[in-house]
Amino acid sequence: MDSAVFVSVILSVISAATPLLLAATGELVAEKSGVLNLGVEGMMLVGAVVGFAVTLTTGSAFLGIVAAAFGGALMALIFSVLTLTLLANQVATGLALTIFGIGLAAMMGASFVGQPVDKLPSLYLPLLTDLPIVGRILFGQDGLVYFSFVALGGTIWFLFHSHAGLVLRAVGDSHDAAHAIGYPVIAIRYGAALFGGAMSGLGGAYLSLSYTPMWAEDMTAGRGWIALALVVFATWRPLRLLLGAYLFGGITILQFHVQTMGLGIPAQFVSMLPYLATIVVLVVISTDRSKIRLNAPACLGRAFHVTG
Amino acid sequence: MALTGQREAGRMPGGQPLVRSPLLILSGIVKQFPGCLANDHVDLAIMPGEIHALLGENGAGKSTLVKIIYGVQQPDAGEIVWQGTSTVIGSPSMARNLGIGMVFQHFSLFEALTVAENIALGINDKKLRKDLTARIVEVSGAYGLPLDPHRAVHDLSVGERQRIEIVRCLLQKPKLLIMDEPTSVLTPQEVEKLFATLRRLAAEGCAILYISHKLDEIRALCEKATIMRLGRVVAECDPRQESAKRLAEMMIGTSLKAPVHGRQADEGAATRLSVRNLNIKSDQQFGTDLKGISFEVKAGEILGIGGIAGNGQNELMAALSGETLAEEPGTISLDGVAVGKLGPDGRRASGGCFVPEERNGHGAVRDMTLAENALLSGYRRRGLVQIGVIDDSRTTTFAGEVIRGFDVRTTGPKAEARSLSGGNLQKFIVGREILQKPALLVVAQPTWGVDAGAASAIHQALLDLAAQGAAIVIISQDLDEIMSIADRIAVIAGGRLSPAMPVASATVEEIGRLMGGIPITAGAEASDAA
Repeated sequence: MDSAVFVSVILSVISAATPLLLAATGELVAEKSGVLNLGVEGMMLVGAVVGFAVTLTTGSAFLGIVAAAFGGALMALIFSVLTLTLLANQVATGLALTIFGIGLAAMMGASFVGQPVDKLPSLYLPLLTDLPIVGRILFGQDGLVYFSFVALGGTIWFLFHSHAGLVLRAVGDSHDAAHAIGYPVIAIRYGAALFGGAMSGLGGAYLSLSYTPMWAEDMTAGRGWIALALVVFATWRPLRLLLGAYLFGGITILQFHVQTMGLGIPAQFVSMLPYLATIVVLVVISTDRSKIRLNAPACLGRAFHVTG
Repeated sequence: MALTGQREAGRMPGGQPLVRSPLLILSGIVKQFPGCLANDHVDLAIMPGEIHALLGENGAGKSTLVKIIYGVQQPDAGEIVWQGTSTVIGSPSMARNLGIGMVFQHFSLFEALTVAENIALGINDKKLRKDLTARIVEVSGAYGLPLDPHRAVHDLSVGERQRIEIVRCLLQKPKLLIMDEPTSVLTPQEVEKLFATLRRLAAEGCAILYISHKLDEIRALCEKATIMRLGRVVAECDPRQESAKRLAEMMIGTSLKAPVHGRQADEGAATRLSVRNLNIKSDQQFGTDLKGISFEVKAGEILGIGGIAGNGQNELMAALSGETLAEEPGTISLDGVAVGKLGPDGRRASGGCFVPEERNGHGAVRDMTLAENALLSGYRRRGLVQIGVIDDSRTTTFAGEVIRGFDVRTTGPKAEARSLSGGNLQKFIVGREILQKPALLVVAQPTWGVDAGAASAIHQALLDLAAQGAAIVIISQDLDEIMSIADRIAVIAGGRLSPAMPVASATVEEIGRLMGGIPITAGAEASDAA
């Protein structure tokens, strides 16, 4: 009995954390290259509706997921053309992208509201999945959960062990120096921003295909903003992102359990906890300037244009 | 190919081939920027193994020409011939593949990354990136340029940063190495080592294009010089056959005036700045702690503080300007007022003015106009803000005064600081502080990367300010500068300051020893405390 409760809590934490981890991983890569895209919420919503619509009409969840990534990347492309090519302000453009994404997703999804779709299939390995407790947690998840870990591991390898990743970090640290050495700053930022969009789209697709397999207007409910906060919370370090995503996911689930257990703590207070935690962490890491300096991309949010 | 044969012959050790073909020929290079013709039909030929000087004032078009050779910019007209073949150098990485390396004046480094990562970023060849750490240690050791590959760049001194760029180029075995103002931040001993490195490279067949304003160095190092003025080549010569004065005159186009000491060191003058037993822990991970620093500067006196980069100069500058506070108010006093616990604004109110080493981002805000930059440090002493409101007309007038008084070449007070060349911006910053009529002026590296004409103007302005009774502290790694304008010199090494001695009686050998941290016998007690 106890172990069943434990397993169900862990499973719900994983499903709450996965969309955050997906979107935040993408945003971290974009920010490491110096692109601050505040449109994560909008990109997630577009990913959610596109993923849902394609899955429902084609019957293929795989096609739906690919389309969701594509939809998120397309949103990021709009952002990139505006900010990287036309040098619009990144903060303003990102906010506009979120508002645009909310409206666009609502319009596209109007005819899908209330329709059911099959939940993403979960892995089933005979024997392994049937193991008590760890079986379903480790071997009974759907593809996107496993992908979120693969993507995080791939991102760590790419950023810190590949030359291309070093170039990406260099562009985020000093675009002028990167340009002087001869790296294509704008092209690299396009790539990073599109990756960020695709990952946000996947995060959205997880919500509409697995977390709650349905489409509802504004169903991300602020998760895009949490993903953005997570990147700062993690001080641009991918492993801390994992910690942060599961911490936030855990607290999200905690608020349901607090309500059911009737502990007398207002649920609103519990839902504040992730944000309070972010503030505390930011204060703590700010006490050591050199740590912030080493990890925060110095050119974050700054437009680059070639001058004489 | 016949050409290849000749080139190989040119490299043969000890051989004196009769015919050598140039490594690089530029002919008729034209580059037009909005409002200025940066290069006007420039011709240049560089032979393999030659150390070739490129001389010229700020704005003469040297940097543009060099950027064209390194592929950062494309010429509007003209031809580049590399090893006998007409070539378009479309990008820096293409230049590196051809065998052209460059050490930038404003270092092209990434502060958040380590030394090894910075070097890897400037290397195209994938094979070279393997075992990079070991190779860095090997090459930096072989050429006398010690570097720790794992340190992050933001903790390094200017001199150490330059080594990274040099090692980055050397690792790629360049055929042509372009050096933009390489010695401006080095000690005499470091310059000697660099020259030995460069001579060795040249002997190995690498050509060096050497840009500098230090004419003595060019005369000691280079065998050929091309002199530019206003975008054109005005002369070519063998610098070993010319006097420094003659070279400078060719460069500037007029005759040069030596700075005039229009004053006498006054023994009885009042002490304006006094520092007593200043101890400060550095807040940088690899910074230098200041230990027991004491000195005094009288009215009308210039004190020069020499030393090798990274020996506490940054920390001392921060302590004097109030960016770092002293432990006790009385540790630093200005005209008898204890200012140790006052920040930069309070110290400015008490009569101090400061010119930090780093022009971009510290001395000036790049994206702001000159008028706004004038306001930032001058608002209090020049009364540019009235009841919390900026007085635009007075601010513009003040910036205009600086521009005119210090011959800053710009379009006017509305120009952004980033649009100025390094030397011009430095003239503006120094001028901005001097026109505030300070009681104390502390200047770090006043003429780093500044051409001879501008440097002599800055030196003259400092001497004039001292003649009016201000106390001046110059923190500089350029010994010649200190020797030519300071009254007394002290040396900082390992965070300790030697006793100050009159410049007239100091010898370069003595100062060199102090820079290395070896106290001289007379007055050794003060620096021997540990």
